[in-house]
Amino acid sequence: MNQKTPLFELHQQTGAKIVPFGGWDMPLHYGSQVEEHHKVRRDAGMFDVSHMARVDLHGKGVRQFLRCLVANNVDKLTVSGKALYSCMLNVRGGVIDDLIIYFLRDDWFRLVVNAATRDKDLAWIEDQAKQAHEVEIEPRPDLAMIAVQGPNGRDKTCVALGDAVKGATADLKPFSAVEINDYFIARTGYTGEDGFEILLPNERAPDVWRALQRAGVAPCGLGARDTLRLEAGMNLYGADMDDDTTPLESGLTWTVAWEPKDRDFIGRQALVKQRERGVTRKLVGLLLLDKGVLRSHQQVTCAAGRQGEITSGTFSPTLGRAIAMARVPAEVQIGDSCQIEIRGKRLDAQVVKYPFVRHGKSCLPELRL
Amino acid sequence: MSAIPEELRYTKTHEWLRMMEDGHVEIGITEHAQDMMGDMVFVELPEVGTAVSTGEDCAVVESVKAASDVYAPVGGEIVEVNSELADAPETINQDPYQRGWLFRLRPADPAETGKLLDSAGYERVVAAES
Repeated sequence: MNQKTPLFELHQQTGAKIVPFGGWDMPLHYGSQVEEHHKVRRDAGMFDVSHMARVDLHGKGVRQFLRCLVANNVDKLTVSGKALYSCMLNVRGGVIDDLIIYFLRDDWFRLVVNAATRDKDLAWIEDQAKQAHEVEIEPRPDLAMIAVQGPNGRDKTCVALGDAVKGATADLKPFSAVEINDYFIARTGYTGEDGFEILLPNERAPDVWRALQRAGVAPCGLGARDTLRLEAGMNLYGADMDDDTTPLESGLTWTVAWEPKDRDFIGRQALVKQRERGVTRKLVGLLLLDKGVLRSHQQVTCAAGRQGEITSGTFSPTLGRAIAMARVPAEVQIGDSCQIEIRGKRLDAQVVKYPFVRHGKSCLPELRL
Repeated sequence: MSAIPEELRYTKTHEWLRMMEDGHVEIGITEHAQDMMGDMVFVELPEVGTAVSTGEDCAVVESVKAASDVYAPVGGEIVEVNSELADAPETINQDPYQRGWLFRLRPADPAETGKLLDSAGYERVVAAES
């Protein structure tokens, strides 16, 4: 029996197609995944992301604990509400999960982790916390989470939630959060568009969802969420990286804080060693030049017979072309041609820089709309 | 659930078949199939002149979600394909039984269509799945 979010009944009433995802019954779409995708790129859409796990860490020892637990450095967080994206690594440098860390107070940080990895993450965090001092772990299943995304997302959220929220979020910077009334509102997201992620008490979620809908925010499912995040060049845990791949092999080197050198985070030694030896694989973007659709696990053949594999692929509704992220040998360069095997045929593709799309516009010079 | 046209014949794998006046048959995928797959983004059709046998995979429809083979409900020779789908695969979602047809073929054995499901039979197939 899968878990259900506080918005499940509303989704059903709205005609959502429900699919199992990470142990939850979640909306895939409410009619057309592609229309929902465009709605987010052009106006405003919302996603029920209550399946993602929220975990609060309390205590005087939390900052020190996080310095060790994650590869990015929480000392970058000095202003209350500021958020940090990071990977949590095992000792081999493999990614246990990617997460967002919010700094609330010196004795209070909030983590948002993936639904499918929740139990694994919590077990790992609890295990590590045994050696830490003054760290208390509090999962927050009492909170729901709604992501409102799109160029009009913030304005429409303010219409729906009223003047207090409007005032509190007026100067909110990207990757920052603020607490106002029952809401914890962060200017974060997973689509490449501006917007908010709103944490709120479960029992308030249906009313807020309805208010957002009245304000013109379209319900969107996990289907659109996936095409939007892939266009935005954002990794998906379990597809683009996992326990056996490191951030350096996953386009996430930017999330690893090497300085200060004496911050001995879990996985650091493995990453340093890998960096010294040279990374042999990396994540690149692919644009299919022929007609077709790129999918995960399709084989990629690059110059000199170098072999790679697609980790995430889809049809990009914004570009009208198939795009993908692929793990390929490190020698492969942006601009290289490659071939993808699809149903026994070899189709031409090009290695490109990602993100593919940001703020509604193509980032690919060859596809400027 | 939406209506299943009575004048068509069906397969358990969610293709429909229309018998045309010239003796050819027109083939597409059902409303239920397009609904299961979601937004179509790519269609791969057979070449005109190809001979296909009954049950052979001869076309592919791809939605944002997944790729799915289309099987020939009856054997024969492909005489025409719906080339408009190349630039407008979403037509399959919008109008699966009319403008969303995939290909037409000349049946090798016209009697073969008699083995296909009628609308009531197909309705039971769909009901059993949901």
